Amino acid sequence: METKKPIIEKEHVVIKFTGDSGDGMQLTGHQFSDTSALMGNEVVTFPDYPAEIRAPKGTIGGVSGFQLNIGKDEVRTPGDFVDVLVAMNPAALKANRQWLKAGGTLIVDIDAFTEKNLNKVECVNPFDNDDLDGVQIIKAPMTKMVQEALVDSGLDNKSILRSRNMVALGIAYWLFQRDLSYTEDYLREKFSKKPEVAQANIDAVKAGYNFGENLQYIRSYKVNRAFITPGTYRNINGNLATAWGLLAAAEKANLPLFLGSYPITPASEILQEISNRKDLGAVSFQAEDEIAGIATSIGASFAGHFACTSTSGPGLALKSEAVNLAIIAELPLVIVDVQRGGPSTGLPTKPEQSDLLQALWGRNGASPIPVIAASTPSDCFEYAFNAGKIAVENMTPVLLLTDGFIANGSQPWKIASMKDLPEIKPRFVKEGKENYFPYERIEGTMVREWAVPGMKNYEHRIGGLEKMAVTGGVSYEPLNHEVMTFERAKKIADIAEQIPEQQVYGKNKGKLLIIGWGGTFGHIYTAYNELLEEGVEVSYTHFNYINPLPKNTEDIFKNFDKILICEMNEGQFLKYLRTEFPQYNYKQYNKIQGYPFTISELKTAIKQNLED
Amino acid sequence: MSEKQQLTFKDYKSDAEVRWCPGCGDIAILKAVQTAFAEMDIPKEKFAVISGIGCSSRFPYYMDTYGFHTIHGRAGAIASGVKTANPDLSVWQITGDGDALAIGGNHFIHEIRRNIDVNVLLFNNQIYGLTKGQYSPTSLFGQKTKTSPYGTVEAPFNPGSLSIGAGATFFARGIDVNVKDNVEILLEMEKHKGISIFEILQNCVIFNDGAHSYFTDRENKADRQLLVKHGEPMIFGKDNDKGLVLDDEYRLKVVNIGENGITKNDILIHDAHNTSPILHFELAELKEPVVLGVIRSVNKVSYHEAVYEQIEQVQATAKNKSMDDLLSSGSTWVVE
Ligand code: SF4
Repeated sequence: METKKPIIEKEHVVIKFTGDSGDGMQLTGHQFSDTSALMGNEVVTFPDYPAEIRAPKGTIGGVSGFQLNIGKDEVRTPGDFVDVLVAMNPAALKANRQWLKAGGTLIVDIDAFTEKNLNKVECVNPFDNDDLDGVQIIKAPMTKMVQEALVDSGLDNKSILRSRNMVALGIAYWLFQRDLSYTEDYLREKFSKKPEVAQANIDAVKAGYNFGENLQYIRSYKVNRAFITPGTYRNINGNLATAWGLLAAAEKANLPLFLGSYPITPASEILQEISNRKDLGAVSFQAEDEIAGIATSIGASFAGHFACTSTSGPGLALKSEAVNLAIIAELPLVIVDVQRGGPSTGLPTKPEQSDLLQALWGRNGASPIPVIAASTPSDCFEYAFNAGKIAVENMTPVLLLTDGFIANGSQPWKIASMKDLPEIKPRFVKEGKENYFPYERIEGTMVREWAVPGMKNYEHRIGGLEKMAVTGGVSYEPLNHEVMTFERAKKIADIAEQIPEQQVYGKNKGKLLIIGWGGTFGHIYTAYNELLEEGVEVSYTHFNYINPLPKNTEDIFKNFDKILICEMNEGQFLKYLRTEFPQYNYKQYNKIQGYPFTISELKTAIKQNLED
Repeated sequence: MSEKQQLTFKDYKSDAEVRWCPGCGDIAILKAVQTAFAEMDIPKEKFAVISGIGCSSRFPYYMDTYGFHTIHGRAGAIASGVKTANPDLSVWQITGDGDALAIGGNHFIHEIRRNIDVNVLLFNNQIYGLTKGQYSPTSLFGQKTKTSPYGTVEAPFNPGSLSIGAGATFFARGIDVNVKDNVEILLEMEKHKGISIFEILQNCVIFNDGAHSYFTDRENKADRQLLVKHGEPMIFGKDNDKGLVLDDEYRLKVVNIGENGITKNDILIHDAHNTSPILHFELAELKEPVVLGVIRSVNKVSYHEAVYEQIEQVQATAKNKSMDDLLSSGSTWVVE
């Protein structure tokens, strides 16, 4: 007898896969997100994993999660609260229960809810009380299912159990009526050398899906296709987009790319990707430490390469003396800081925006440097590219800030085409120039010309000692130092002419202007939009160019009674704006919990500031 | 042959006025480097001279080549970047005992480990000169300096055994004022593929005058120095009557030729090309005589060769030839 099963139709659904860090939740989440994107949904993802690679099994500290938000229209964040929670064990449930919406769906591996596992997290059986009332629960015996389904696979029990996540994926696919073919192709490709493992995983997905088919009284979800601008798309995370943006800039500048770097969470993937790009001739140098990472890059820049280095906050601190060398030597260089929670080792895997003041001012002496912040996983491409363009065309190091949230988060990206990207023109000195002086400024600019070793007749010396204006000889003259200090500052300030003007969402005048910068765009923009729909009148502007600020910044500020700065730190952008434009009425909303904002808390904060 | 050969050391002098203290050993080293560069078959614009911080690190300003006076300790890393980016350049790193072995120690051992094809001139004066007289990692145990008024309680590094221990493919030692010998060594360094370390025992007349005089004094030097040459017996002394042999424990031992039946034929022949570093290590460590000349010179693939060979290999069969290829690689989908 065929009964039509009830379906929950939604505009957005937030799903979170959670389990032990060895349970393969990241892979499971990626598969779900790729498949959803292919089926025409908007997707934003957020991996949330522990700092310890192998925290004790079954403990809260070892819980790894992958959250994604799929929708039929603009999805900007991975979502606050979860509609569907997959929990592979009691620890995962305990750590994430608070995020599950009332009326949501919980999928568990019921075989993992043993007394022993419950005791590990000091937890009574959640199915024995009313804690989960109102939640649609799917108790799937995933462990047994995978063992049965793969009994003839030829794999040992340990390998079989490793496919438990694929059963969970299969159930989730059923719950959303997803097509299995993308994952099947993926598994065949990934295990092309071990077809038996590929088949076992495919069988496990199917076992999960079929289990769903046979469930009674469970409502499945339906999320319609999104309206998406036509074009070719791919999923991309912020670190990959950053690496590609740098590669694209190098290609546009017609310079070979050199990346000197040292592994550090959450930035290592940039070094890994560039190391993989030997096909494009990129040179990666895994240095002995953070300082050598930037120092080798400065050497490569001196030798005429498109040079970059990638790191996170602690690494940026180590690099700061070398950043200053690039500043005084006036050499192009891109420094990427994928921010994480600090100070010290802090929260290596959690996002925060607390390196802003370090980026702006954390060096000895007057050391102006352009600071740019990307705001979404995919726009890391654009901002990395622009960081490269500004560096090369202005002969300066540039600091690009991203954070662990957008670096690891992914979203579909309409693939850029190289022909649509702007030109990048290195400032090489022309052949045949007489009397080359390393610190002579190109007419009408503050930028010096670039002569690199190997160019005949332009032999010259540069270095970290103060330079004589124009000639570049060592100079301790008091007035010259002042002149050079101002020249360096003006060179950076002039970049305001090269960057786009600041845009405002909403009216250009009003009671309250919300400000965000960097990786919080998705959350603040969504909160702003929801408020708009509720009829709340506010305006919003989001900063990507931090130093110099867009030249119309003040024109925007002066038309608002109040300015609310929302950032994931204790108020660093606020401090900066107070220094630049002290006369405005600033308010702040901050979160320093290693987690992104939630939309609801932002809305509350904005409303409160409107009322006050 | 080329116009290059008409250049003299003067062509490598820059306009900058040399600011080292009168009598400083650096001045003779500068002369040797300028002379050697003029003799090398390398166009002037292809030299890159990279230094860190310290008295010696002012060196690039005095050379009419491309030069980069960088930050304390980091010259090794910066030079590594220069050479890796453009292997066509002849890269010379100028550093001192403080710059290379204290603050820059990590970069020093790693540029050696990687066998980066740079030529390192390590000016060893066993003191911090630029900061006016504090002890360095090569100051003698017990040495009194401004920061060790009662004598240091630290054992010094021997730059030779440190380099060889870290895997240096070339190590030589010289004395600042021996311009002729030093030019020869510099020419050999240029030919050597991979890292070449040249420890130059340099006299700081102001803060550590006579640090090396025990074996550089006119009266004693013949008996306290041994200039080794590959393929020649290791004989020294005023009367050429001393030499090195291996004792029963395979340690180097000084013997007198003509005593106890020892003849010239018993003296060890120097083999700088021996891949085993054991004897080179011992030669570097010898206190008396102090061994000068090229102690070790062996072949091994240098870093940039390996880097570019790998890139070529990958590119030969790579699907992605350009950024556009990469952007549309992997799983993509079309929205219409
Ligand atoms: S202080 Fe010593 S090392 Fe420095 S320049 Fe003077 S003599 Fe030479």
